[in-house]
Amino acid sequence: MARTAVNAAAAGPWALVLNAVTGLAALALLVLLAGCVVLAPVAGIGPAPLDRVRAAAHRLAGHQRRWAGRVLGRDDVPRSVPARPRWREPLWLAVHAVTGPAPVVAVWAMLSALDYVFFRLEPSRTSTLNTFALSLSTVAIAVVVLLAVPLFRTGQARLASLLLDAGPTPDARIRELTASRAAVVDAHAAELRRIERDLHDGAQAKLIAIRMHLGLAGGSRDPDAVRRAIDEVREVAGQALTDLRDLVRGIHPPVLTDRGLPGAIEASALLCPIPVDVDVELPGRPQPPVESAAYFAAAEALANVAKHSGASRAWVRLRHTGGVLRLTVGDDGHGGVRRDLGTGVRGIEDRLSAFDGSLTVSSPPGGPTELTMEVPCALS
Amino acid sequence: MRVVIAEDLALLRDGLVRLLSAYGCTVVEAVDNGPMLLEALVRHRPDVSVIDVRLPPGFTDEGLRAALEARARVPGLPVLILSQYVEQLYARELLSDRSGGVGYLLKDRVGDVDRFVDAVRQVAGGGTAMDPEVVSQLLTRRSRDEPLAALTPREREVLALMAEGMSNLAIAARFRVTDKAIAKHTTGIFAKLGLPPSDDHNRRVMAVLAYLQAAPSAGAT
Repeated sequence: MARTAVNAAAAGPWALVLNAVTGLAALALLVLLAGCVVLAPVAGIGPAPLDRVRAAAHRLAGHQRRWAGRVLGRDDVPRSVPARPRWREPLWLAVHAVTGPAPVVAVWAMLSALDYVFFRLEPSRTSTLNTFALSLSTVAIAVVVLLAVPLFRTGQARLASLLLDAGPTPDARIRELTASRAAVVDAHAAELRRIERDLHDGAQAKLIAIRMHLGLAGGSRDPDAVRRAIDEVREVAGQALTDLRDLVRGIHPPVLTDRGLPGAIEASALLCPIPVDVDVELPGRPQPPVESAAYFAAAEALANVAKHSGASRAWVRLRHTGGVLRLTVGDDGHGGVRRDLGTGVRGIEDRLSAFDGSLTVSSPPGGPTELTMEVPCALS
Repeated sequence: MRVVIAEDLALLRDGLVRLLSAYGCTVVEAVDNGPMLLEALVRHRPDVSVIDVRLPPGFTDEGLRAALEARARVPGLPVLILSQYVEQLYARELLSDRSGGVGYLLKDRVGDVDRFVDAVRQVAGGGTAMDPEVVSQLLTRRSRDEPLAALTPREREVLALMAEGMSNLAIAARFRVTDKAIAKHTTGIFAKLGLPPSDDHNRRVMAVLAYLQAAPSAGAT
């Protein structure tokens, strides 16, 4: 109880400082963003710096969204809409750059005014009346600030929530869900077709071959021929098992069931031909479908690193904070990964979209590349 | 040789019992779940145990966990893990106590009876028997690592086969050379990995562990 009261009292000034700082950050990002947009066609610097600034803006926005969620006392998981309109975050940056530092500026202005009136205007005059008036004004300002701070706090949170959180209108949200559902169903159907084809051409065909060899051996009177047939059967049965093993691993890797995400990610890092630093902290387990999506996203990202990046080191970081599972896969390769250029990035995005997840790509030419995948989810 | 077997599918359990009995092993107990396995390992202290990684009650990696726990209680207790899949991660865990006497094979290897029984004997004797799949995954990954980079390609091949649990004689047969030639290679390997002269068996285990990167540096024992 006492702690809650203390927290509440501390929350006001803290909100002032926090919003002033993030406001200044927003201003800086806004300037950079504008710079990139204006200079990109002129100076020929390409889209990479813009991507980076956008990624930073996205992170800042995410921070503010979670803060807003806490202030507004919403327990529901903050939603990170994949097809978030591209203008929302820049708009919030612009608004926040003004409203964030505003109260601090206002307080500073009032105190400057006080200073001006009492000390600069007529610096020589000191009287009881004057001191009284000064004290009264100071108290008045303090009261106004104390009263206004909670209003400011909720106001800022509402504003962030309005611009960042509520996202699209119900119609747009329905369109998004329909699209992501269609993508999921498509991916699922394609997966089933692939499994069917793999079984048909793999294990099934090999079992037929085994029966054929056994049939031949059964009808043969030549012991050498029988021995050859047995060798053949053993060989083909081994191949059938390999086929089945590969197939099962592609459906659901057993190590994910055994050890959860941390173990499975470490296992795929061990298979990567370059050294991978794995930094994973997860206090519980997400739901199996989310776990599976996150695992395959990480595995895909690591496979891309191995195949395309030319990197000598890679790193994977996994955390769960503020109701969001955040997975970062980075490498020190030559960069230039673009989400619109295929290279597996689209596949990762599709996997995550089913869970309202999002993917941020930062990959300037010359590297380093960092993919950040976020999925809102609860741990059990 | 006294053996404990852990396998939950009756068909495969009976097959393993028959196979090992046919090769002169005494199966002291055959269990079908993790808790019973741990109990049997600690009670019988068998010369070797053949364990399916996935066992009831959880059907995850109970077999492996029971084996690791038993080795924590009885250091160096020889265990051979069988699995439908090999995971580099599990190989590393098995090797991490650096005392040898571990095997990790794909279940299908049972089909090649002679090699399988060889592997069982190798593990019982305190050696290692890693599946060729584990070894080949390492080949793609570790080739740039020091001090393995100092090895000649042939030495690396020999070391890989040693990791699979093959004797010098068997390696010599594979390469169609004399076992003396192989012995020369192994001496070269031990020297390049900085393994001090000690009994050959121990150095063999250490070389394999260095190769599988269970040991951070080969000389630091």
